[in-house]
Amino acid sequence: MFDPIKRLSYTIRLKSEQFLRQLSLQSMILPGLTLMAIFEYWPLYGLIIAFEDYSIIHETFFEAPFVGFAHFKEFFTDPNALRVIRNSLGINLIGLLVAFPITIIFALLLNEVTVRKYKRFVQTVSYLPHFVSWVIFIGIVELMLSVDNGVLNEVLMNLGLIKEPIFFMGRADYFWPLAAFTRLAKEMGWGAIIYLAAMAGIDPQLYEAAIVDGASRLQRMWHITLPGISQTIIILFILRAAQSIRWGFQQIYMMQNPVNISMSETIETYVFKTGLQNLRFSYATAVGLFQSVVSVVLLIIADQLSKRLAGKGIF
Amino acid sequence: MAEYRTKTDWAFEIFNYILMAAIVFFTLFPFWNAFVGSFNKGIDFARGGVYFWPREFTLSNYIAVFQNSRILSAYRVTVLRTVIGTILSVLVCALFAYAFSRKDLVGKNLYGVMGLGIMFFYSGLIPTYMIIKRLGLINNFLVYLFPHMFNFFYVLMMQAYFKENIPTSLIESAKMNGAGEYRIFFSLVLPLSKPIIAVMLLFQGVWHWNYYKDALIYTTKPELETLQLLLMKVIRTAQQSSVMAQAAATAGTTSTSVQMATMMVATLPILALYPFLQRYFVKGIMVGAVKG
Repeated sequence: MFDPIKRLSYTIRLKSEQFLRQLSLQSMILPGLTLMAIFEYWPLYGLIIAFEDYSIIHETFFEAPFVGFAHFKEFFTDPNALRVIRNSLGINLIGLLVAFPITIIFALLLNEVTVRKYKRFVQTVSYLPHFVSWVIFIGIVELMLSVDNGVLNEVLMNLGLIKEPIFFMGRADYFWPLAAFTRLAKEMGWGAIIYLAAMAGIDPQLYEAAIVDGASRLQRMWHITLPGISQTIIILFILRAAQSIRWGFQQIYMMQNPVNISMSETIETYVFKTGLQNLRFSYATAVGLFQSVVSVVLLIIADQLSKRLAGKGIF
Repeated sequence: MAEYRTKTDWAFEIFNYILMAAIVFFTLFPFWNAFVGSFNKGIDFARGGVYFWPREFTLSNYIAVFQNSRILSAYRVTVLRTVIGTILSVLVCALFAYAFSRKDLVGKNLYGVMGLGIMFFYSGLIPTYMIIKRLGLINNFLVYLFPHMFNFFYVLMMQAYFKENIPTSLIESAKMNGAGEYRIFFSLVLPLSKPIIAVMLLFQGVWHWNYYKDALIYTTKPELETLQLLLMKVIRTAQQSSVMAQAAATAGTTSTSVQMATMMVATLPILALYPFLQRYFVKGIMVGAVKG
């Protein structure tokens, strides 16, 4: 007769015998596993302080008084906090609606360059900024945009397009597009790689047949190349949309100044400041937890959508 | 094959070549301009109009950089964290990836779920900070090495490569000949996986060189300051920093011109290696893209 307990104990015995026979293989897993446990899973248990009034005086995460959802309530009723969510979403929206399509257009156009050496040269240059640090990239962007003799202002003034130099970094209302475009300028070439790879996988016979039928360059791009990468586009779009609540800390923090702060404070920088500069550990943990939970929910929705639209999940 | 081109095709072709040239120009110009500025007398640069070539050439900005003890110390810290951090990280990930690529690994599913879990749920800045503090890693050089040493995304890329390029039969026969797992890893798997190991070293190296968030959050000691953190402070405080002012005491330099020289010194290692390494980068992301 089938006996689940007997069977389970048999499996366990078998597995542990196997485990003992491959100790040296298991020891290769150990360093990574330990690091993961300490730096990723141990902090999970610290999330409990989001529901407490934790402060520096407490030795363990469980000593502090329990306050339930008080910090979450405070976050959602504070106008400052809502502004932080709005900024995170706003920058992402511009990124998604403008920067995302531009990367695709760049890949499409680069793919049409027929001289291979030129194509490779453009591509090599285009992903160079990806490897430059945010600190230096923003530093250089700020030099270009500077009010006192920044190159952009000088050129615009010499062309007679503006009379007074524009203080690009000092205008709060410029911040969202500026953040989105700075990232586009840095990551466009790198982001195009995946589309170019998808284009390389399109059957050349399709193009040959189209040429025989007299299709023009643009027609071929529109009717063959674009549909050929549509699955990649859908998956990447959904993935990007799922990250709508985050935007890299390193870039935003670099670009912030007292003038633009009302439009430039995102959830990440807000958590950093309330938590580690104002030492409101519990409150900042609650805000961070909110962000992580939203991210996971968005990702699950994205996976379902992707299954439906592109025929396969993202995981 | 020969193809017929309409007038629109030609117009498109010309437009496209010019556009691509423009993209190349706008990508390179800002870097070039800062490079030129770093070789120009600061006071002269501040008058504007220096675009493609230095107007009043000088090395004083670089002399100011290399005489500044804080910049030099930051450089040393950055080099150390990059070299040690990169090697350890790739070693830990490669070991994990090799074991993980083996079908007979007991607990494989559990390890996989644990790894994916950390990719999709971030426990947050503050809880992580608390743990790091409890471990005594605040204001400790080790904080640059350990928290980001394990990266499951890299593990996935490497194990995909191992599976594809190292036949199981090869591992089996090495075992028959009495080789242990570590022997197999170091003298069989690693030599056969040079391209992917190179990619990982490069990714991780660039990351270490460029990252400043950990230095910002976990350190306050000046002797642990990294190059990117130092530059971040200088640029963020609107070029008013005492560092640059002090460095700019050399005749003819300004805080902006010294800042440009510092940025060049901080980017140089990456720019110098870039032409040689970029083909590996592409290969690397392809492995990731296909398997990801």
